[in-house]
Amino acid sequence: MAEPRPVLEMTGVVKEFPGVRALAGVDFRLFPGEIHALIGENGAGKSTLIKVLTGVYPLDGGTVALDGEPAEFTSPLQAQQAGISTVYQEVNLCPNLSVAENIFIGREPTRAGRIQWKRMRKEAAELVDRLGLDIDVAAPLSSYPLAVQQLVAIVRSVGTGDRDAPGSGTKVLVLDEPTSSLDRDEVLELFRLMRQLSRDGVAILFVSHFLDQIYEICDRMTVLRNGALVGEHLVRDLDQVGLIELMIGKALDQLEELHEHQLHSGVGELLVKAEGLGRTGKIAPFDLDIKKGEVLGLAGLLGSGRTELARLLFGADQPDSGTVTIGGKQVSMSAPNDAIGAGVAFCSENRKTEGLVPDLTVRENIILALQAARGWTRPLPVAQRDELVAKYIKALDIRPANPEARVGQLSGGNQQKVLLARWLITQPQLLILDEPTRGIDIGAKTEIQKLVVSLSEDGMSVLYIAAELEEVLRLSHTIGVLRDRKLVARLANGPEITAGTILETIASGAHQ
Amino acid sequence: MTTTPRWRALTRHHLFWPVAVLIALLIVNVPFTPDFFSVKMTDGHLYGSLVSIVLFGSPLILVAVGMTLVIATGGIDLSVGAVVAITGALTCSYISDQTDQNALSVVFLAMGVGLVAAVVCGLWNGFLVARMGIQPIIATLIIMVAGRGVAQLITDGQIITIHSEPYKLIGGGYWLTLPFSIFVVAAVVAVTVLLTRRTALGLLVESVGGNAEASRLVGIRSTRIKIMVYVFCALCAGIAGLMISSNTSAADGNNAGLWIELDAILAVVIGGTALTGGRFSIGGTVVGALVIQTLTTTIYTIGVPTQTNLVFKAAVVIVVCLLQSPKFREKVFGARRSRNLTDPAPAEPVLPAAAAPKPPKTSTEVSR
Repeated sequence: MAEPRPVLEMTGVVKEFPGVRALAGVDFRLFPGEIHALIGENGAGKSTLIKVLTGVYPLDGGTVALDGEPAEFTSPLQAQQAGISTVYQEVNLCPNLSVAENIFIGREPTRAGRIQWKRMRKEAAELVDRLGLDIDVAAPLSSYPLAVQQLVAIVRSVGTGDRDAPGSGTKVLVLDEPTSSLDRDEVLELFRLMRQLSRDGVAILFVSHFLDQIYEICDRMTVLRNGALVGEHLVRDLDQVGLIELMIGKALDQLEELHEHQLHSGVGELLVKAEGLGRTGKIAPFDLDIKKGEVLGLAGLLGSGRTELARLLFGADQPDSGTVTIGGKQVSMSAPNDAIGAGVAFCSENRKTEGLVPDLTVRENIILALQAARGWTRPLPVAQRDELVAKYIKALDIRPANPEARVGQLSGGNQQKVLLARWLITQPQLLILDEPTRGIDIGAKTEIQKLVVSLSEDGMSVLYIAAELEEVLRLSHTIGVLRDRKLVARLANGPEITAGTILETIASGAHQ
Repeated sequence: MTTTPRWRALTRHHLFWPVAVLIALLIVNVPFTPDFFSVKMTDGHLYGSLVSIVLFGSPLILVAVGMTLVIATGGIDLSVGAVVAITGALTCSYISDQTDQNALSVVFLAMGVGLVAAVVCGLWNGFLVARMGIQPIIATLIIMVAGRGVAQLITDGQIITIHSEPYKLIGGGYWLTLPFSIFVVAAVVAVTVLLTRRTALGLLVESVGGNAEASRLVGIRSTRIKIMVYVFCALCAGIAGLMISSNTSAADGNNAGLWIELDAILAVVIGGTALTGGRFSIGGTVVGALVIQTLTTTIYTIGVPTQTNLVFKAAVVIVVCLLQSPKFREKVFGARRSRNLTDPAPAEPVLPAAAAPKPPKTSTEVSR
């Protein structure tokens, strides 16, 4: 069968960072109208490949050809003008501007040098409408949840071409983890849009950790491992087991193993007791008990108040009602310091903005919480510090295993591990994990889940938040169900509890 | 190839470009002042252009070192020039009121009064920024503007001159053949480095400046840290104020430390600390301040007309900042390298054979 000429062809692409060879001669091609998945574990080089393609990073070797013509982009703008649009994992928009402004930023319709605000809003509304989205384009972007902001980023990116026909100027659309913060309906919405665009001849490069989604939407896939190409396959030619084996380079039955662990560990006495804790507009007052060694999972749809509940338990937001008692002592929760002092640790879902300090090294990021608790006058002794850092880099398998590496250069999964290490060295009594597995690969996901099980066996309590119900079911002793910013139920986990039970609870929560 | 790995590692060092500019500026002076690098011993004191640069640059180095920490937290302190004036004014007016201006106790007390005033200014700045949440540029603008007025009030709008030998030592005296100021600066720089790198203060400052929200969630008491750096910065400015007034044996509320805040900010930036906060380098700042002082000296030695010397200074600063920018360097110096990359003939990437990729497994092979 004769294939058309690839719209994009990358040959022998090399990219190096100090001490790391992120891409070691990778070949990659993309055909018009196909949806192509780029797959690999964290640190396999997916994000780097995309950044090289879109001109964020300069090439260190190899060639890129667009429509058969050699091309090298030195800036994202150049790549965009050549027809390569990108939506990154983290939304790169201006939250203080309106949706319409965000969509048209940099290419506002003008007359005599003045922006035609009315026309801009009208066209933005039409664009959003045509794509079947219910968004008020005059509202500031920040008034929408992250999921909608992501959709706006996609709208913006496909709208970059001719204003009258969205996507017409876009030859290649790169979607880097677009679904990681979307719920099922929004994912379907996105897929509908992707299919429509691919029918128009746009080649879509789709990066996702959700294998089911890849099998649902993609035609072809390229698999990377440790910065090298391990294969390009048609999706229908390779089953999921084969794919996972390609990704990690060995057979995987670790998930099964994990399943046996489930619920074996018992729980101890009461550790945390929240009574009537709440914050207006964020979460309705709730009561919550967490016992020693208990994993309490929180289930609920996006925006149901999972994160808000966790933030109150950490003092990240101040509660306006209720009390928290930890280990028998009442804690004021007016600032994170109070919670930290009582042995609570919190890994935010927003690693980059609320977790890591990207300019600092792995070592500095890891010791930050411990050092903050000790105060500035009592620095951690160098020997003890290096030993602790080395221990956790090894235990969590942080790569590169270089304490001097800048955290900003690490892949998402490794950043998550650095964040975990930071809190684990403080030996907390309650560890709050908000979406710890979001945007990271299967291998790291499994490792983190195993870690949660073993921490709980050692007597640490864990508050575990995840969008994937299976994950919550697999790990939790108890499951708290949230709906519409309210804790509506508390289920003891057991064989009779399934994803279906939880979904029913969420649905019936409306009638309470 | 001219770029060996060692050379590359050297050029990547954060102090490379500031030091290179400093050396270049020093060399520029030689054709105009052939004995520029010579240091002579006269009356047991060392004299020479290099010594003068450090001597005259001392107040700037002090102010810039304090400024570095403030900038590292993501802030800025515009009030340092006014603090210089207030400290000098208070100290000199106290000394001038005494009958015995040469008494050591008088001088120490006077300096104490001046420095306490500086600390109070720092506390005020820190309070506005950290507690009240006012933007640093606005919060410190208050003392920048009002502080000069306060200094004028203290001196009654006059230039107060004093005749105190012990006080003269700080800014104009010699010790162990070198200007005493150099020892003061060395001590302050050493204390700052110890304070930031031997304790956890440097790490916490960089964390607060690098990501304020993450720092809050990790339990860093950023309010305290910020107040501390503003106080420290004001204290450095206060010492600089003592030095300047001591050097001239006079307090000039109008002109002492005028525009020093801008030179200090420039020195910090030349030294490689980003105005956005985060990573800072005290060593870089010292080099940056020396670059600015050398530049001032150079302007005089090569005879740039006084009307144009600010323009000349601006031009050099632009060059330094451009050299510091990785983007600019890549455009100018990296041009040859990127031509090589896009050159079609030898485009084969430099790869060990083992790391070469396997061809994609598809129905049709990529034709080579």
